[in-house]
Amino acid sequence: MTTLSSRTAASPSEPTGVPGAPALGGRSASPAPAAAAGGRGGTGPEQPLAPRAKLWPSLGAVYRAQLSRARVARIPLLFVATFQSVGIMILMRGVVSGGLSEETGAVVAGASVLVVAFVGLNLLAQYFGALRASGGLDHYATLPVPPAAVVLGTAGAYASFTVPGVIVTAVTGCVLFQLPVTGLWVLAAVIPLSGAALAGLGALLGLLAPRPELATLCGQLGMSGALLLGVLPASSMPLALQWARDLLPSTYGVEAMIATFQPDPDWVNVLLNLAVSAAVGVVTLVLAAWAYRRAAVR
Amino acid sequence: MENGAQELSEDERDTGRADGSPEEPAAPPVAVAVTGLVKSYPARRARRGRAATEAVRATDRVDLSIRAGEVFGLLGPNGAGKSTLVRQLTGLLRPDTGRIEVLGHDLVRHPDRASRLLAYLGQESSALDELTVSLAIETTARLRGRDAEHARKETSAVMAELGLGSFADRALRRLSGGERRLACVGAALVGDRPLLVLDEPTTGMDPLARRSVWAAIDRRRREHGTTVLLVTHNVLEAEAVLDRVAVLDRGRVIACDTPGGLKAVVGDDVRLDLVWRSEPPLNIPEVAALREHAQRTGRRWTLRMPPEEARTAVAAVTGGAAFAALDDFTLATPSLEDVYLALGGRGEGLVRM
Repeated sequence: MTTLSSRTAASPSEPTGVPGAPALGGRSASPAPAAAAGGRGGTGPEQPLAPRAKLWPSLGAVYRAQLSRARVARIPLLFVATFQSVGIMILMRGVVSGGLSEETGAVVAGASVLVVAFVGLNLLAQYFGALRASGGLDHYATLPVPPAAVVLGTAGAYASFTVPGVIVTAVTGCVLFQLPVTGLWVLAAVIPLSGAALAGLGALLGLLAPRPELATLCGQLGMSGALLLGVLPASSMPLALQWARDLLPSTYGVEAMIATFQPDPDWVNVLLNLAVSAAVGVVTLVLAAWAYRRAAVR
Repeated sequence: MENGAQELSEDERDTGRADGSPEEPAAPPVAVAVTGLVKSYPARRARRGRAATEAVRATDRVDLSIRAGEVFGLLGPNGAGKSTLVRQLTGLLRPDTGRIEVLGHDLVRHPDRASRLLAYLGQESSALDELTVSLAIETTARLRGRDAEHARKETSAVMAELGLGSFADRALRRLSGGERRLACVGAALVGDRPLLVLDEPTTGMDPLARRSVWAAIDRRRREHGTTVLLVTHNVLEAEAVLDRVAVLDRGRVIACDTPGGLKAVVGDDVRLDLVWRSEPPLNIPEVAALREHAQRTGRRWTLRMPPEEARTAVAAVTGGAAFAALDDFTLATPSLEDVYLALGGRGEGLVRM
């Protein structure tokens, strides 16, 4: 293009181009007529495909990348849930006296698992909802990566974000309500298994929700359920609420934790509750991987 | 990637002939062939907070043939169907009918193969926004199947090539729009794909960044015969970098040729842009006469006319009272925007920058 401008006073024949967009060298100069746009001809024999990304290395890469987000989004991912759970326990301390009882066990276990519900269920539902709505899923969908790697890597990272918060909440709760801390090692199983179940559910809701606001709403409702049905003792609830409590994946982590506060824990009960969490985790993560595939390619 | 373009010398490529004989032009092999592609969206009834939309054919019987090693452009204003077309090419959207073949693979039957043949740079970066630049590029390389060491090496090389080194440890969302886009281009370049599909890759970039992007793409083309499909609504960039361009309007390809070939459509006409300080001096007869033919946008008048007439018009507006009222003027040879208008496309939405 040639330009003559009162500002540049360039000569009519002086070539100007796009700043920073030089003509590329080695171009094929064949003048293709408009008809050549037609794609009737094929593209010859199949050229070799690049390899797919393998499940475990790509899962590791997604996990590492997601985990690094804690540096940028530290406050919502690491702190808010902990402040909320500790705050609830301080409030409950006003109405529940310390010492081992059904109430104190429920408050401490419920508040600890609430951290997992906040991050794994609520924030992950919001994350996937926003990613889907903004078109961010296209990035992953145009990479040869197994859907399970994206879903598991992200869910795993969100479950990992809860580790410090759950530990701080559980230890603070045991101190506040004078409960034994000796059984807290069970958190090593409760966090990953409840994390899998709740993050799987969060991912599923976020990926299925047609609009991001709905994903946020579902995540908030799930977390509110985990709060109300988790920190109150089951025996004092009406039957309908007890059923609702049984439907919540967080309940089984709470139950496993409550059992370990007892002087003589019922280990079969603990294992059973953990097994339910694990099974729910497997089902929700498989469904979330399916929902991811469905959301990515329309 | 093995292809004919790679084996051509510079001179041969310039003449478009592989064997040097004037009779037998040997075009490089076709890398992407699109035939009769149609994608429609049904009409939607109005709902609370959302207006009704009519049924729309976003891609309307599109045929395209892109040669290996070519930088091929899709040009059109927003809403012309460019992004819908590339989303079908990348396997993200299923066409209603039609055929897409990329490097011998049928992508309508096997959309999952797209990710193993091409790299796609979409308009959104939200999947990478909270990662640091180096981790975003490295993770993308890992997810394109690279092992850890290879991915790290390739990330360093791409960051050096694009001048991203000083941002390496900053999160994408903390960068300016142009810097973020540059990081996303870096992510698209890792993994050595034989086809790059880039949707407005240089949006928001400064000239230096643009230059580094085009240099990086050109190097891949020279060394590996990489084919590039570029979506743009920037006519000047299209003219500068594209080998061939398909002009899109309302989902249809209304022309496809080299930028030079397309500009021949509008003949010798030139474009005169006049920008007035305030009200144009219509009391001057020459100015009043120009008004009749001008396309007016605020204080800017755009006129398309033969060079002789343009010279007379310039003489008229650069003398006396008219010049005092003139803020700026530009006389330019035809651009792809003029071609677009001459072909019957809607002009709004194309940018010159």
